[in-house]
Amino acid sequence: MQNRENTRVEQSSAGGVVKAYQVQDMAFYYGTRKALDGISVDIPTKAITSIIGPSGCGKSTFLKSLNRIAEAETKVRIDGKISLFGQDIYDPRVNLTRLRKRVGMVFQRPNPFPMTIYDNIAYGPRLFGLKDNLDNLVESTLKKAALWEEVKDKLKTSALGLSGGQQQRLCIARSLAVDPDVLLMDEPCSALDPIATLRIEELMLNLRNQLTIIIVTHNMQQAARVSDHTMFFTTDESRIGNLVESGLTADIFSSPVEKRTEDYITGRFG
Amino acid sequence: MTTGTANQPKLVEELTEPLSPGRAFFNTGMTILSVIFTLIALVPLFSVLLYVLINGFSSLNTTVLTSLPAPTGSIGGFGNAIQGTLIIVALATAISVPFGVLCGIFLSEYSRDDNRLVEIIRFGVNVLSGVPSIIVGVFAYGVLVIPLKGPSAYAGGFALAILMLPIIVRTTEEALKLIPWELRLASLGLGANRFQTIARVIVPAAFPGIITGVMLGVARAAGETAPLIFTAATSKYWFSSPNQPTASLATLIFSYATSAYSDLKSQAWAASLLLVLLVLTVNILARVIFRRRF
Amino acid sequence: MTQLTDQQERTSKELVANTGNFQADAVFRLILRIAAVAVVSMLIWMALVVAGESLPSITKFGLGFLFDTNWDPNSDAFGGLSFVFGTLATAFIAMAFAVPVGLGIAIFLTEDFLPEQVLTPISFMVELLAAIPSVVYGLWGIFVMIPVLRPLEQGLSGGSSSGYSLFTAGVLLSIMVLPTVASISRDVLKSIPRSLRNASLALGATRWETIFRVMLPAGTSGIVGACVLALGRALGETMAVTMVIGNTAQIPNSPFAPGYTIAALLANEFGEASGGLHVSSLFFAGLLLFAVTLLINVLAEIFVRRVSLERQ
Repeated sequence: MQNRENTRVEQSSAGGVVKAYQVQDMAFYYGTRKALDGISVDIPTKAITSIIGPSGCGKSTFLKSLNRIAEAETKVRIDGKISLFGQDIYDPRVNLTRLRKRVGMVFQRPNPFPMTIYDNIAYGPRLFGLKDNLDNLVESTLKKAALWEEVKDKLKTSALGLSGGQQQRLCIARSLAVDPDVLLMDEPCSALDPIATLRIEELMLNLRNQLTIIIVTHNMQQAARVSDHTMFFTTDESRIGNLVESGLTADIFSSPVEKRTEDYITGRFG
Repeated sequence: MTTGTANQPKLVEELTEPLSPGRAFFNTGMTILSVIFTLIALVPLFSVLLYVLINGFSSLNTTVLTSLPAPTGSIGGFGNAIQGTLIIVALATAISVPFGVLCGIFLSEYSRDDNRLVEIIRFGVNVLSGVPSIIVGVFAYGVLVIPLKGPSAYAGGFALAILMLPIIVRTTEEALKLIPWELRLASLGLGANRFQTIARVIVPAAFPGIITGVMLGVARAAGETAPLIFTAATSKYWFSSPNQPTASLATLIFSYATSAYSDLKSQAWAASLLLVLLVLTVNILARVIFRRRF
Repeated sequence: MTQLTDQQERTSKELVANTGNFQADAVFRLILRIAAVAVVSMLIWMALVVAGESLPSITKFGLGFLFDTNWDPNSDAFGGLSFVFGTLATAFIAMAFAVPVGLGIAIFLTEDFLPEQVLTPISFMVELLAAIPSVVYGLWGIFVMIPVLRPLEQGLSGGSSSGYSLFTAGVLLSIMVLPTVASISRDVLKSIPRSLRNASLALGATRWETIFRVMLPAGTSGIVGACVLALGRALGETMAVTMVIGNTAQIPNSPFAPGYTIAALLANEFGEASGGLHVSSLFFAGLLLFAVTLLINVLAEIFVRRVSLERQ
């Protein structure tokens, strides 16, 4: 199992890596409290990158800085630079709604809007003025998220009637409906049972060729199973998160450079 | 799907392109509107407070506070109305506190094992709090004024007691619910029964909150006018007996507000000032107590 | 061995015999139940008394009471239509102002336009609006609000308005029920999970698109509950209305003309009512108001309850 995964990863990286995100010497502050420091990393496109690390290491914060959703919750500030396909996303001219349309996000707990399944999917496209052909879009999006067969007869019923796993796939579909380049996933399976988790992972692997997926997970097996690249975050005694190591998942898990990575992966701390 | 490099220039352009004018206008417009609405709401509050403070303080003096109403032209006051309000509210408190606090204890402490009854009672208390005060007055008229053949402090106190009940019940329940559940388990674990647990541990711990509830009820009752007009009615004399008509600040404001005499109008402002000060003090105090204690 | 049995025996004796605790508990619980039931049975008692006292009027006028505008104690003719109309009209005007403004405030207080340290005092002040006694609003209405509104009303009605009108009463009512709409809606909006809001923002929605398309729909039943509750307040509010509505039993042809409400009628006439039919008709009017507000409060309770069930 492990070997097969590794081969796949190597193939993907052999094709030459196109960078989706370039993060340069980034520091992140909540108010005046520093949460992340000295992050520099490139995140490749058309691949799955997982972010692992002990709780409180700032991995979610990092994820939330990539679509600037963190600033919807509280006052934040960043130093350094984060660019998406070469465009600095913290440039004051950047239009947040357009950024977030290009960068979808899936949250820890499934959070479908309290409306019909159809309206959940159509929500994003409608924001951007799409009115015609919504039916086709909803259908193709749900197919992309491997949910169509399960919900095609109840599109006009409340999304809250779905099971947890279905809800989470609906949330993924909801993000896909606006045709994003990047999909951020913040521990998307932490509230799901193993079978539902497996289906989400299958879905991620299917989507892998179409867009950049960045997933925060506390489950190392999951990171090893699905991701091509891995970033390992940890925190020092001042509770500022930093990036210890990043690279091909196969490398990180088989021969980590840093002692701290090895300790974490082998379960000695965290 | 284009590749990453191919859509790079397009992205640069698109990300910095401003919001469509319609969406941008809607967004800013609504923000401005909500700010305006909030300001609109605060204008009457400040206006009421300002007028009551200015007009009230300028007509407040010891004569007004301590003497009886005099025939217009000579100097009078509303000492008897202050006295009457105190007596009626004290009566109301005496009736409502035992029932209200016990009911609040029941709702909080037995919500886990007397679930059904607690649900019904809570529903009833909420509905009771929505009954218009004038209807409570009508009820008190039917129950006490008709049999006693006339308005009395008893009838007024009874009406106000009903109005205080939901406030006391709710605050008591809330205060008790803020006490950690583990405290009950700790007491029960030491061999205390539930009565002992509630009486010796839970209620003392929640005491400031319960007192706050009583004070909020008192403040509400003191300002209530509608149920008093025809239950306690009014009187030009000092209080003599609880089965006689009794003056109160609230009814005095009502009757003086429409008076043609300017000294009576200014007395209405002075009486309003007393009520508003009471209400403000109690509400601010309640906030402080609930925040500090729990 | 014998020691152990001794101890066993003692333990079983003690555990079984000591029932005093349970009796104390049972008595205490009984007392609590009685108090609780007593509080709620007030509602039933109230309904019985008010209905009972209005019986003579009900048998005399029946449903016709609702369709007759003639209220004349001197000739024992009692029809409640003017009062019913005035009650509904003022409540309607009040809601027309209070719902949008109250919702605007609720949204303002839940969004992060201002830091929490500023929003908390503002929401406290909005709640204070509800604590000021009704009769003080009436006094303020007569001496402050009417002089301000009178020119406006005269302009709109062609010069005939005195300022004492349905409209004035409605505006004053809207101020009084505003805190009900605003603070309950605020609580409802606050209880909506934050991730729902973030999910919408993450799809590229603006703040207000999120509010209108996700937050308000998600909070609908609670917000409706808040509005229904406010409606109940507006219908039953007495003193402030009595002091500014003009107390004229008629169905006015303009909102800027004086009117009368059921609550104002009760406040004005109960004290001086003489003669059985007059008093009984007042009780009848009170019964109508009681029934409507009861119905409305039960509805509001159901709506608000649905919210808390959904959140569990």
